[in-house]
Amino acid sequence: MAEVFDVAVVGAGPAGVAAACRVAERGARVALVDEGFRPGGQIYRHREGRAPAAIGEWMARLARLKVDVIHRTAVHDALRLDGKFQLRAESVHLEARKIVLATGARELLLPFPGWTLPNVFSAGGLQALVKSGLEVAGKPVVIGGSGPLLLPVAATLAKAGAKVELVCEQARRASLARALPWLARSPRKLAEALSYQAAFGPSRYRTSTWISEAIGTDRLEAVVTNSARRVSCDFAGVSFGLVPNVELAVLLGCELRDGFVVVDRRQQSTVPGVFVAGEPCGIAGVDGALGQGLVAGDAACRDVTVTADVEAARGWYEYKPPPLLRSFALRHEVLELARADTVVCRCEDVRLSRFDPEWSAREAKLATRASMGPCQGRICGPALDAILGYGADCVRCPAKPATFESLLIPEDRK
Amino acid sequence: MDAIVVGAGIVGAAVGEALAADGLAVTVLDAEFPGAGTTSAAMGHVVVMDDSEAQFALTGYSRRLWSERAAELPPDVEDECPGTLWVASDEEELEHAVRRSHFYRERGVEAEVLDSAALEKAEPNLRRGLAGALLVHGDRVIYPPNAARRLLSNAVVRGALAERRVRVEAIEPGRVRVNGSWRETAIVVNAAGVGAPELTPGLAIEPRKGHLVISDRYPGFCRHQLVELGYLKSAHSAGAESVAFNLQPRATGQVLVGSSREFVGLDRSTNRRLVGRMVRRAVDFVPALAALSVLRTWVGFRPSTPDNLPFIGEVDEGVFVAAGHEGLGITTALGTARLLADLVAGRVPEIDPSPYSPLRPMPEAQHG
Ligand SMILES: Cc1cc2nc3c(=O)[nH]c(=O)nc-3n(C[C@@H](O)[C@H](O)[C@H](O)COP(=O)(O)OP(=O)(O)OC[C@H]3O[C@@H](n4cnc5c(N)ncnc54)[C@H](O)[C@@H]3O)c2cc1C
Ligand SMILES: Cc1cc2nc3c(=O)[nH]c(=O)nc-3n(C[C@H](O)[C@H](O)[C@H](O)COP(=O)(O)OP(=O)(O)OC[C@H]3O[C@@H](n4cnc5c(N)ncnc54)[C@H](O)[C@@H]3O)c2cc1C
Repeated sequence: MAEVFDVAVVGAGPAGVAAACRVAERGARVALVDEGFRPGGQIYRHREGRAPAAIGEWMARLARLKVDVIHRTAVHDALRLDGKFQLRAESVHLEARKIVLATGARELLLPFPGWTLPNVFSAGGLQALVKSGLEVAGKPVVIGGSGPLLLPVAATLAKAGAKVELVCEQARRASLARALPWLARSPRKLAEALSYQAAFGPSRYRTSTWISEAIGTDRLEAVVTNSARRVSCDFAGVSFGLVPNVELAVLLGCELRDGFVVVDRRQQSTVPGVFVAGEPCGIAGVDGALGQGLVAGDAACRDVTVTADVEAARGWYEYKPPPLLRSFALRHEVLELARADTVVCRCEDVRLSRFDPEWSAREAKLATRASMGPCQGRICGPALDAILGYGADCVRCPAKPATFESLLIPEDRK
Repeated sequence: MDAIVVGAGIVGAAVGEALAADGLAVTVLDAEFPGAGTTSAAMGHVVVMDDSEAQFALTGYSRRLWSERAAELPPDVEDECPGTLWVASDEEELEHAVRRSHFYRERGVEAEVLDSAALEKAEPNLRRGLAGALLVHGDRVIYPPNAARRLLSNAVVRGALAERRVRVEAIEPGRVRVNGSWRETAIVVNAAGVGAPELTPGLAIEPRKGHLVISDRYPGFCRHQLVELGYLKSAHSAGAESVAFNLQPRATGQVLVGSSREFVGLDRSTNRRLVGRMVRRAVDFVPALAALSVLRTWVGFRPSTPDNLPFIGEVDEGVFVAAGHEGLGITTALGTARLLADLVAGRVPEIDPSPYSPLRPMPEAQHG
């Protein structure tokens, strides 16, 4: 008989770590499952022994507590089974009475000419590569797209010695200015933003600017901006915002609104026993994620009301989406960058000209194979929705590639 | 003469094409989009089956029609002709294979029996120690959603109209109701798949759910459509649910694995336990499958009938049905369309239409 946890937390980013800590502090049996090699999630991705200071406190807290941390384990299916929940991954089927989904978000990538050239990465992807050792010292780099993520990425690259030539933010200056009062309410956020800018030089940050084409023969050599400026570079990191990872929530039947999981004040979804924290229920940044994780952990481990200190930790991050994000609303020009022959679905090599605006995500997929590949539309799905208004395709298990073996029911495995 | 075809699945699309070719002014209506229904979920195995003479007649006729147009199918229909290996686990099944090979050859379908060693050579990934197999040449694999789109676009080239997101609420002789108002037409064809009984009350069609699992690309993993000879036991078991080994190499290099059968209405959820059983069965036959990477599972609903034969023919003045093709509608769409067009035009069909008459007496449904 497999062990039944009181709570299983999926995703060891800030939200998941906070939730797991909180559950353990209340004395319940908790598992924390993550694809990565160690806890930290997107923002705290780090190499062994080099954890950023901000995460140290949480890692110490996690280490002190009795949490079953299960790394390198991608949960590909989640279901209800005999009044419990089962999480399925390649080598384990975990059972738990309650679950917390803290699966984070991925980047929104929009197709533009040349975006599939080697050395053009997603912004977060480039940051992760640098943090895990990609050598960029002395090399010219351009960061582009939209959203608050571009700043820390540029700062990371600058700190690693890269020459950050340009940071292109598609939003207008005026619309960013509207976010300032909000930013000012959090002095820490403001300081953070300023320190990023200082890292790579404020003059390199351009609003109303985007990469309209990446150029190179067998790898990236330069980008061309909307003002026809050509900037030579060895690497580019481009992302246009965040897309919440809601696949497991959808498989469990949780209701969505505007693409986010609907939760109540206790972070409980519309499926009793399924709690959701962090990006899947609204892009709210690290502090929001930590706060929501604490609330979810509290609520999940016992049917009690959330304690006041935890409620306070959530603070002003509760409202969503933060106005900051609206400031980065995508303008139509960046939705129109792809040309007829630009690849939209990389897995299946489908170009823009194949798509009929009249279709839905499902019809487009059936007709062109777009989103049928290994990424199951994680990348081109949101892009097609953004540029053609296709909506979302339905989610089916496995939510991530998994072997046939792992689809067997445990009794049936050899 | 006007004709309205209700449903643009593979059957409605083929019927639309055939009627348009006869010079009728055809309109094909679909509540969603062409191929959105069961057609979007099918394996696309174009296969001769010999469950009954009538089934053999329709599948054999239809397969011939598919092969005749193979050259004109666009690449996105992914037409290939790998043949089918009906795998025999033991001597008893192998005897059955021998009998079937006689049946096929007597009727002009090329088939041969492979012994254990020949089977091993033909499909090295099958487990060792199988008794042999029946190899049916000429069975094909296509990609059903685009096959339906292609048939419909052929109809449009011949002057048909195709309308999407139009749900037909009722059918009467000479007219169909859409959004509360009636559209006049001389001929109506109900090709609404599992939705057909709503429009033709009393039509004995029930959804029979099936699951499929598809892998990432592994070109050359297998070369034929592989089906266990015990398949018919599953296809005919009246019990609540059954699985059988059915594995298909796709033109993309992917491996598509079936099959399951259950009567649970139109419940779209994935039955993990049944998928587990289905995969177990497949891995028992092809051990190396266990380590391949799966990208997706999905479900579809076969429009099943009590005697496993479709309904093709007139049910009322100018009202025709072409529905209930169960697990063979991709195969039999072309034969169905020819038959139906012949009946509408008053020509003598190439095969006897009476076994498919919608007015034939029905055995009681067995699964309760
Ligand atoms: C031969 C073949 C090969 C294929 N290969 C691949 C492949 O390699 N990779 C891949 O990803 N796909 C592949 N597909 C596509 C397959 O996944 C199709 O989408 C298929 O139609 C089954 O889809 P589905 O049930 O997973 O979901 P969908 O096709 O998306 O269907 C979901 C259905 O549910 C309905 N629906 C959704 N939400 C609700 C709701 N709340 N209430 C009621 N109804 C709802 C939708 O309207 C839709 O009809 C292939 C298909 C075929 C035929
Ligand atoms: C898992 C699985 C595997 C299969 N594998 C194979 C195979 O390998 N080989 C094979 O030959 N067959 C196979 N089949 C069977 C095959 O898919 C079906 O027999 C075939 O698709 C039926 O086609 P259809 O056009 O009758 O129905 P559908 O494709 O369901 O088309 C009916 C259409 O009618 C529309 N409609 C319904 N009601 C209305 C209304 N009131 N108004 C307007 N439009 C309406 C629907 O939107 C739909 O598009 C398989 C089936 C399943 C489920």
